Amino acid sequence: MNSLNQTATQAAAETTAVQTHSIQVKELTLSFGSVSVLKNMNIDVAEGEFIVLLGPSGCGKSTLLNCLAGLLDITDGEIWIKGKNVTWAEPSERGIGMVFQSYALYPQMTVRGNLSFGLKNARMPKDEIEKRIARAAEILQIEALLDRKPAALSGGQRQRVAIGRALVRDVDVFLFDEPLSNLDAKLRSELRVEIKRLHSRLNNTMVYVTHDQIEALTLADRIAVMRGGIIQQLAAPQEIYNRPSNLFVAGFIGSPSMNFLHGATIEGGGAFQFGRTRVNLAGYEGGAVLDRPRAILGLRPEHLHIQDHAEPGLTIPAVVEIDEPMGADSLVWLEAEGGLKMSVRVPVERRMAAGTEVHLKVDIPKASIFDTGTEQRV
Amino acid sequence: MVDAAIIITPPSVAVSAVQPRGAKPKARFSGSNIMLYGTLFVVSVYYLLPLWVMVMTSLKGMPEIRMGNIFAPPVEITFQPWVKAWSEACTGLNCDGLSRGFWNSVWITVPSVIISIIVASVNGYALVNWRFKGSEVFFTILIFGSFIPYQIMLYPIVILLRELGIYGTLYGLILVHTIFGMPILTLLFRNYFSSLPEELFKAARVDGAGFWRIYFQIMVPMSLPIFVVALILQITGIWNDFLFGVVFTKPETYPMTVQLNNIVNSVQGVKEYNVNMAATLLTGLVPLIIYFVSGKLFVRGIAAGAVKG
Repeated sequence: MNSLNQTATQAAAETTAVQTHSIQVKELTLSFGSVSVLKNMNIDVAEGEFIVLLGPSGCGKSTLLNCLAGLLDITDGEIWIKGKNVTWAEPSERGIGMVFQSYALYPQMTVRGNLSFGLKNARMPKDEIEKRIARAAEILQIEALLDRKPAALSGGQRQRVAIGRALVRDVDVFLFDEPLSNLDAKLRSELRVEIKRLHSRLNNTMVYVTHDQIEALTLADRIAVMRGGIIQQLAAPQEIYNRPSNLFVAGFIGSPSMNFLHGATIEGGGAFQFGRTRVNLAGYEGGAVLDRPRAILGLRPEHLHIQDHAEPGLTIPAVVEIDEPMGADSLVWLEAEGGLKMSVRVPVERRMAAGTEVHLKVDIPKASIFDTGTEQRV
Repeated sequence: MVDAAIIITPPSVAVSAVQPRGAKPKARFSGSNIMLYGTLFVVSVYYLLPLWVMVMTSLKGMPEIRMGNIFAPPVEITFQPWVKAWSEACTGLNCDGLSRGFWNSVWITVPSVIISIIVASVNGYALVNWRFKGSEVFFTILIFGSFIPYQIMLYPIVILLRELGIYGTLYGLILVHTIFGMPILTLLFRNYFSSLPEELFKAARVDGAGFWRIYFQIMVPMSLPIFVVALILQITGIWNDFLFGVVFTKPETYPMTVQLNNIVNSVQGVKEYNVNMAATLLTGLVPLIIYFVSGKLFVRGIAAGAVKG
């Protein structure tokens, strides 16, 4: 009884305190038997924020989304949506709409039937249902499709209807579970823009699961990079791209991925020693580098510049292997000291002959240094 | 370089023969075709011959049968044996033919088919989509039940039915058929439902549908093929059952199969082969019709439900 009262007062206090939070995940843990899938997660999502959960398959991102939706019972922790503790609430009571990868349209119902199913379950009056369907159809431009069955729709149209099904519920939180993965590349980029447009029009909170970093970088206000049921970094896309908090995030984000140079920091953190090459670390934006016997210097392909003359402490010598013109720019693959493969992005006009000896100028303010032991950025 | 690689073809081929074009020609009378169709023909004759003999015999009068030419079609067609088999043939006790057994079988089959399919489909749905603690154990036990030979369970069931006060009644047999249909039907439905996309179920839950609404409005409409399969399995299985029928009912409530056995086996003077054949055909008619009507759906359902999952 006492503890119950306590929780009640606590809840009341929380309600007043978290008005600006749309979703709060507190110490969420999910285990299946002895296997723990999500470990002690804490996320606060602000009202109207677009959060992307990004990670390789099996990292728990879809599982987390299912927990938010109430489709999976969590083992420990709390989930708050709109200032209400919904940890034990049914999916339909949480004020969420969900869009699935496989669209999950009811095949035997028309588009109209699909859109109205949830509303009918909520015993909404008919004219209100009609009004909402009309509005959603107008927003998503599917008015002409309302009387068709899902089988008669294309992939893009199906996904629109699936979004519409979340839309008619008129909820504050949208959950997307890899909604674009089943579409072809062209349609995917079109719908990606459309989702972004939808977000700016509706200003709902959106939680979006994907393994596609382009989707994550383009859509998100903040990205949560996940691995092994743990959030590795939760930050704005630029922050994640420029200052990855650890080696995993650095390697996962960016295509082609970051170049990693294994070496040591010397001179009290003033320089990086890599084989016989020494790189000056003056201007590094991060914490105290210190002397670390094993460290990794991470450099993105666009933060290296090819030049023909050496500048001691500023350049890395390398030999051109191949270049890959990619349309807008070109990717040059080089071999540096010790057989290390590196990639550098250059303007497409600049063709590099194999075997050319060049020097790579390092853009230190944009570089990242990781401790090899902890794999954390310093 | 590239061009040279393409042009390298033996000059003899290029010059002499007509260039192949269009569909590849197929030999009609190849050795393998003759073997294939020959074998199929022999096998189908082998299976159809007994049916032929039965139909022909049932249309003959007794004098013609005594002449002994069992393969010959009737000289004089008579439907008297069919009429007799249906309404006049004698078992040891009464002489009203198969009709009594037919109606008993209908009263047994219809409720047990319907009840067993309803219960088993809900079972399968719950086992796939609403897993509860111990659901896997429950399923394993259920399946294990289907491996116990019926003979072992006969006597205990007789006692159970007696205690329930329904021994010898149609209700008792309906109950037995419903229960014995459970393992295989539950397996069938479970496998089919687990082949349906899980996201549909999740979407319906987000849409606020509960256990029954998802079952009736989402699952059942998508599961017609497997319902047809279950229907066929149950109708033919229960209709053709002899063992349970003879053990759990009394002469007034004997199903058609038991009635048939009694007609064929009761010896009173001459053995009327034509009546026996007609009675047998009548009894087999129901499963036959079911197969012909829904054979296509049956195959589709088996392929969709039983193989996957």
